[in-house]
Amino acid sequence: MSKELEKLSARVTAGAMTRREFMSRAAALGVSAAVASTLLADAAHAETPVAGGTFKMGVQGGESTNSQDPASWASDVPIAGGQLWGEGLVEVEADGSLSGLVAESWEGSADAKTWRFKVRQGITFSNGQAVTSEDVMQTMARHSNEDSKSGALGIVQGIESMRTDGDVFEVTLGVGNADLPYLMADYHLMIQPNGGFDDPTAAIGTGAYILQSDEPGVRMVATRNPNYWGGDQSVTAHYDEVEVIVLNDATARTAALQSGQVDSINRVEPKIAKLLDRAPTIDVLSTPGRGHYVFIAHIDTAPFDNNELRLALKHALNRQEMVEKILQGYGAIGNDIPINAAYPLFDETIPQREFDLEKAAEHYKKSGHDGSPIILRTADGAFPGAVDAAALFQQSAQAAGIPLEIKREPNDGYWSEVWNVQPFCCSYWGGRPVQDQMYTTAYLSSADWNDTRWKRPEFDEMLLAARAELDEAKRKEIYSKMGRMLNEEGGLMVPMFNDFVDAVSTSVKGWESDPNGPQMNWYAFKKTWKA
Amino acid sequence: MHPILKLVAERLGIGLLLLLAASALIFGLTEVLPGDAAQAILGQAATPESLANLRTEMGLDRPAFTRYFEWLGGIMTGDMGVALTNKLPIGDQVASRMSNTLFLAFWAAIISVPLALVLGLIAVRYQNRWPDKIISGITLASISLPEFMIAYLLIFFFAVQLFWAPSFASINDSMTLLEQLHAISLPVAVLTLVVLAHMMRMTRAAILNVMQSAYIETAELKGLNTFAVIRKHAFPNAIAPIVNVVMINLAYLVVGVVVVEVVFAYPGMGQYLVDAVVKRDVPVVLACGVIFAAVYIILNIVADVVSILANPRLRHPK
Repeated sequence: MSKELEKLSARVTAGAMTRREFMSRAAALGVSAAVASTLLADAAHAETPVAGGTFKMGVQGGESTNSQDPASWASDVPIAGGQLWGEGLVEVEADGSLSGLVAESWEGSADAKTWRFKVRQGITFSNGQAVTSEDVMQTMARHSNEDSKSGALGIVQGIESMRTDGDVFEVTLGVGNADLPYLMADYHLMIQPNGGFDDPTAAIGTGAYILQSDEPGVRMVATRNPNYWGGDQSVTAHYDEVEVIVLNDATARTAALQSGQVDSINRVEPKIAKLLDRAPTIDVLSTPGRGHYVFIAHIDTAPFDNNELRLALKHALNRQEMVEKILQGYGAIGNDIPINAAYPLFDETIPQREFDLEKAAEHYKKSGHDGSPIILRTADGAFPGAVDAAALFQQSAQAAGIPLEIKREPNDGYWSEVWNVQPFCCSYWGGRPVQDQMYTTAYLSSADWNDTRWKRPEFDEMLLAARAELDEAKRKEIYSKMGRMLNEEGGLMVPMFNDFVDAVSTSVKGWESDPNGPQMNWYAFKKTWKA
Repeated sequence: MHPILKLVAERLGIGLLLLLAASALIFGLTEVLPGDAAQAILGQAATPESLANLRTEMGLDRPAFTRYFEWLGGIMTGDMGVALTNKLPIGDQVASRMSNTLFLAFWAAIISVPLALVLGLIAVRYQNRWPDKIISGITLASISLPEFMIAYLLIFFFAVQLFWAPSFASINDSMTLLEQLHAISLPVAVLTLVVLAHMMRMTRAAILNVMQSAYIETAELKGLNTFAVIRKHAFPNAIAPIVNVVMINLAYLVVGVVVVEVVFAYPGMGQYLVDAVVKRDVPVVLACGVIFAAVYIILNIVADVVSILANPRLRHPK
C-alpha cells in the first residue's frame, strides 16, 4: 500500500494528479491526512536530482551484428548506445526547439543556403583530444562522401560544399534549407575525432558517458565522463554507471522490470500496458510521437493509379477501431498525411477523413474497378499488429463492396522484397523532426524511399519553396497546401500514429515526455536520477 | 591397428567429409534466401547508392564460388574471418558465445543426465506402481509443454513473484562462479525439464527390455534384491540405447536451445546464429553451422564407440 501511495504522490509532483485527488485516494487507502501530506512533501523533495547509482535499461532492438559505427545504426540498442558516448552538433528538445551540443551557436544566411556553426570551445573527446571545427567537417564528409553507406546519406547529400573558418564550420547548400540545423540533430551524425575516418567504431565522442564494454546483442556498459562539458553529476548525467541490456523478447523485458533487474524498458506491448501499470512499483508512460503505421499504394501502378479507388480505400479505413484494437488506445488516428500535431508548423484545420462506408462504396463505383481482387501485402514485422490491422481493413473494405484481399508475406526479406517493391503493402515510418525532412525523405519525386510513387512537380516546387522560406507563417501555409494535396490524392493511407510506450520503475525520477523518441529520446540516461 | 581405433579414424574421416558437405549446403541455402547482407543491414534505410557502396565494401559483388572457396581456404588455416556486418573477428565472438553455450549445456547435463538415469531406475524398480506413475507423469508433462511456456512459468513464479532467481541470464567474466550459477539457474532448470523425459523413458524401456531375459530371472532366483539385479545385470546390458539417447540430448543442449536463449536473453550460439541469418551474415552462419554439425558428428561418434565398448561381442569381433 505504501508503494501505491508513493507512486500516486510522484504523480502529483509530476503534475499528472491534483493534490485533492491524491488526498482522497490516500483517504480511501486508510491513510490520515497528516501522513498523506508528509508523503507529498517527501515526493517533492525527491524532485531534486541525486547523483550516483547505476541505471539499467532493458531495450528491444539489438543484434549480435550491431556495430559502434554511427553510420550503421538503424535499431534502438545501437542508437541508445550512441546517446551515451556521442553527441551531434545540436539536439531537438522535447518542445521541438533546438539547442546546441557540440555547436555553441549557429546562423543561416538570408537565403538559407549558407549555415555557420560555431564549435563550442574547450570541450574534449573522451580520449582527451580537443574538438575542432575540422573534426565536425570530417564527420559530415564521412557521412556524405561517395563511399558513404551511412543511414544519414539522404540527409547530408544536399550539402554542396563545406569549409572551416577558425572555430566555425560552414556548410553551403545547393538549395536553401531553413531546417538545416534540425537535420544536424540526426542520431547518425555523432561528432567523432577526424570524423571517424581513422576508426569509425572507436566509440569516442563528447558524450556524458564513456563506453567501457560493448558486447553486440548482449549489453553495453558506460561510466560517467568526469570531464563532461555539460556540468557535473548534480547538474546532468546523474548516474555513475549506465547499462543497456538487450532484451528482445517482450516477456523477458517485462519480467526483468517486474523483478527489479532493470529500471526501465522500451516498447511495452500495448495489450499488456494497462496491466503492467497496475504494478505498484512500475509506471507505464506513453508519449505521442511522429511514428505512424501506413498502408501504401503505388499511384503509378494499376489499379492504384485511379484516385477514386484510393479515396474508396481511404474512406473504408476504420481508424478509430484500429487505434482501439491495434494500439489499445496508445496512439491517435491518422489523416493520410505523414504529419501530425507533434510537428512544428502543423495545420490543425486540415479536415479529418472520416470512416464512411457509403462514400467508400460511392467512390468505388466511380472508379469503375473491374472487381478483381485488390491485394494488400502484410507481415508480422511490417509493424506490430500489421496482420491484424490488415484483417480489420479487409473487413471494413468488404463491407463497402471493395474486394480487398490479404497476402501474408514472411518477415524475412520483407523490406527488400515487398516494401517499396510491391504496389500495395503495410509499412511504418518513424517520423522525422520537421515536416521538410519527412516530405523530402518519402514524398519528393526524386526520393529513393518514395514508397507511394508520389511524383508531382507542383508538390516538389512547394516543398523547395517552403524549405528556403524563412517566414514561418508563409511556410505554414505552404505545408498546409501540401498536406491537403497529399490527403486528397496521395497513395498514403495513415490509419494511426503510434505512441512510444515505455515502462519505468517508480524509483526513477525526473522523467519528462519527449515526442522525439522512446525513453525520453534516450535522454533518460542524462536527465533522470534515482531517488 | 586396434579395431576400435580404426573405427574412430574411419568415422572422423567421414565426419570431415560430412562437415564439408554441410558447409557447402549452408552456403548454398544462404545464397538462395532473398536479399543479401547489404540489404539486410540497411533495411528500410537502403538507397541504391548506399547499397552499391556497401556491397563493394563487403565483397558481395564477387561470384558466390569465389566467396565460398575463399572462406574454405580461411577455415582450413583456422581463420574464420570477420563478420560482414560489424567487422568483428568471428573467431573471438564464437569463442565467447560457444563457451557460454557449453557452460549452460554442461550444468544442464550435470543435473539432467544422472537425474534421468536414477529416475529411470526407480521407475523400473516400482514398475506400474505409484512412484513410476508420478515420475512418468511429471516428466511427460514437462516435455509436452513448449520450452518457452515452461520458461515463462518459471520466470513468473521464481523471478517476478518470489525474487529467488534473475529473470534474464546475463553472465560476464567479472562474476564469480557462484554468481554465474545463480544467473543461469532458471535456464538450467528449463533445459533439465525439457530433456529429462526422453532420457528417463529410454532408460526405463531399455532396462525393462533386459529384465525379460532368462539371466535376470536366474539372478532373482539366486536371491539378489531388485536394485542389485538392475544395477549389476540389467543396466550394463542396457547401456547402448541409453547412451545414444543421452548423446542426442546433449547435442540438443548445445545446438537446439535458441528459444531458451531468447527468453532468458542468454548470449549463446543460437542467438548469434539467428541474428546472423537475419542479417545474411554468411561467414558467421557458416562458422556456426559447421560448429553445430561438428558437435553432432562428434557426439554421435562417442555414442557409437561407447556402445561398442559396452558390448563384449562387439569389443572382440571374430
